[in-house]
Amino acid sequence: MRLVQGNEAAVMGALAGGCNFYAGYPITPATEIMEQMSRILPSRGAVFIQMEDELAALGAVIGAAWGGMRAMTATSGPGFSLMQEHIGYAAMTQTPCVVIDSQRVGPSTGQPTMPAQGDVMQARWGSHGDRAAIVLTASSVKDVFDVTRLAFEWAQDYRLPVIVLLDAVLSHMRENVELPPVPDPIARKPVAVREDQPAFGSHPFIPFSGSTRTIVSGLSHDERGMTRGAIGQDAEQIIRNQLAEVDRDYKRIVQFRRYRLDDATWAIVAYGITARAARAAVNSLRESGLRVGLLELVTLWPFPEQTIHELAASVQGILMPELNLGQMIWPLKASVAGLAPVSSMGRADGELFRPEEIVQTINRLDHRNAAISSVIGGGKHHA
Amino acid sequence: MPKIGEDLTSYLRQNMMPTVWCPGCGHGNIFRAITESFRQLELDPSRIAVLGGIGCSGRTPFYFNTNAMHTTHGRVLAFATGLKLANPGLTVVVTMGDGDALAIGAGHFVHAARRNIDLTAILYNNSIYGMTGGQEAPSTPLAFRSTTSPFGSIEPAFDTVELALAAGATYVARTTTFDFADMPRYIAEAIAHPGFSVVEILSQCPTYFGRLNRLGEAPELLDYERTHTFLREDAPLLTKEEMVGKLPLGVFRNEIRPEYTKEYAKLCEAQGGNYSV
Repeated sequence: MRLVQGNEAAVMGALAGGCNFYAGYPITPATEIMEQMSRILPSRGAVFIQMEDELAALGAVIGAAWGGMRAMTATSGPGFSLMQEHIGYAAMTQTPCVVIDSQRVGPSTGQPTMPAQGDVMQARWGSHGDRAAIVLTASSVKDVFDVTRLAFEWAQDYRLPVIVLLDAVLSHMRENVELPPVPDPIARKPVAVREDQPAFGSHPFIPFSGSTRTIVSGLSHDERGMTRGAIGQDAEQIIRNQLAEVDRDYKRIVQFRRYRLDDATWAIVAYGITARAARAAVNSLRESGLRVGLLELVTLWPFPEQTIHELAASVQGILMPELNLGQMIWPLKASVAGLAPVSSMGRADGELFRPEEIVQTINRLDHRNAAISSVIGGGKHHA
Repeated sequence: MPKIGEDLTSYLRQNMMPTVWCPGCGHGNIFRAITESFRQLELDPSRIAVLGGIGCSGRTPFYFNTNAMHTTHGRVLAFATGLKLANPGLTVVVTMGDGDALAIGAGHFVHAARRNIDLTAILYNNSIYGMTGGQEAPSTPLAFRSTTSPFGSIEPAFDTVELALAAGATYVARTTTFDFADMPRYIAEAIAHPGFSVVEILSQCPTYFGRLNRLGEAPELLDYERTHTFLREDAPLLTKEEMVGKLPLGVFRNEIRPEYTKEYAKLCEAQGGNYSV
């Protein structure tokens, strides 16, 4: 057990996931990830390089992935915006890689040292065109370790750029955690393949080796990477395959935590750092006699539509606090599909929600509901 | 010089041909010269990776039967840097256009040169954006026309050689598609050179540059290359007036300086790590 910083846990999680290549560009509040990688990776014979900007950082990561390394970068909002082109490239070329975005207040330079959750939609839809996306969040230092390790595993399994969203507070806070020992560097064994082995589509990721003759291109291409004669349909098929693969493993990928939800009449749906305040709010509301529970989203994308829909059928209202002016509220509303009223609590001023603000909001919603219930008679309101 | 077709086919991905390049375009000659240089160096195609950016030049990787990447506009050297570091045993050849290297990717160009990482950048310079239909490039000479400088360019053009030298490239050469015999030699030297090497090749674009500037077809453009350049070693024989408006050709730098992947290996070793592939 020792005190570990969130950004340090990201580094440890990456190493546990087999990371042996880091390319980055300094940016607050993600910089410690890069600084620690620069100290650790050389002693493991792994690669660290500081690139000239964030586009270059993710470009180098993608190049390294095709060179046979497990590669990542970390950044914050402005850098994440710059990386969008290469996130799209990684999706189109089915290149496994991991991108950590420690969110800070935007838009633009915003408040570099203050937390936000304003990149949740950009993480899903930021690059042009369609793509499958896996986006993970964390609400504790231990979580940061776990989801970063998982991101490396899933990047390989689904051949996607997997995105981990942290925030300025989570990156910089320290918690006592027990982390497993750092594993030895993975041995790199080139995989021998037939020269005509298809390199794309539902085939495993095989980096360049002496037995491959792979063409990687962001142009529409078929399973063999051929662009000549490839039509839009081929590219659509590749994206549809990715979406189907993620969809097939929905239960594995879509992770969440149910907290005191079983008998709840009110549900809070929260993610990342905000889930901590929400958990405290649940406890305090329970003490005052209101049956409130929390659904904490660990996986943001794919969005847990089914789980939310079922939850909505069992409660009289849902509140979503988030550190933006209302972003995940939209997929939430779509998933609730009118089964329960949905309220949004948003702020983008760099402050965290305090538990009592969430408590007050739930109490206000509950009183209003009670008033409505007494007028129309009945309803699901508790005594 | 080998005869056409002699022993070059092992490098070619023939099912991707014919190429996208227009009749009279110089890029096919550069492609041929790169292939010649592979043969001269007796490189194993399985140990080569050819990477390209976006644009006419960027299509080159498709035609090599090697591992290949067609990347994003301007960023190809970043991809190449990652690939080379991940697999330093690969010979990594980068094809880029003047827009790729000098406009959108100028930042990556100077930093790859500064690091002196062992990549070979072949810069196809046709003075214009060809793929998008003839727009002004940072290499369009002053007063020349393009579809976005219809009244003539008022911006001075970049001098790739000066830029590469200033940024720290350790092998820098320039030639033209007219000087076909020099191309494979320079490219082979650049590939064999252990550091960041740049070969700028002035290429002709009859479809846009030639037409928009009423310079004629490929033969006239090749003659234009001949009359607007001089060999560097001939400079002492020429008057100042004879050199005005002309670019020098030849090898401008060929020297050994610490190379990035080798320096990185040393750093790892000093830290107890084993970086070797």
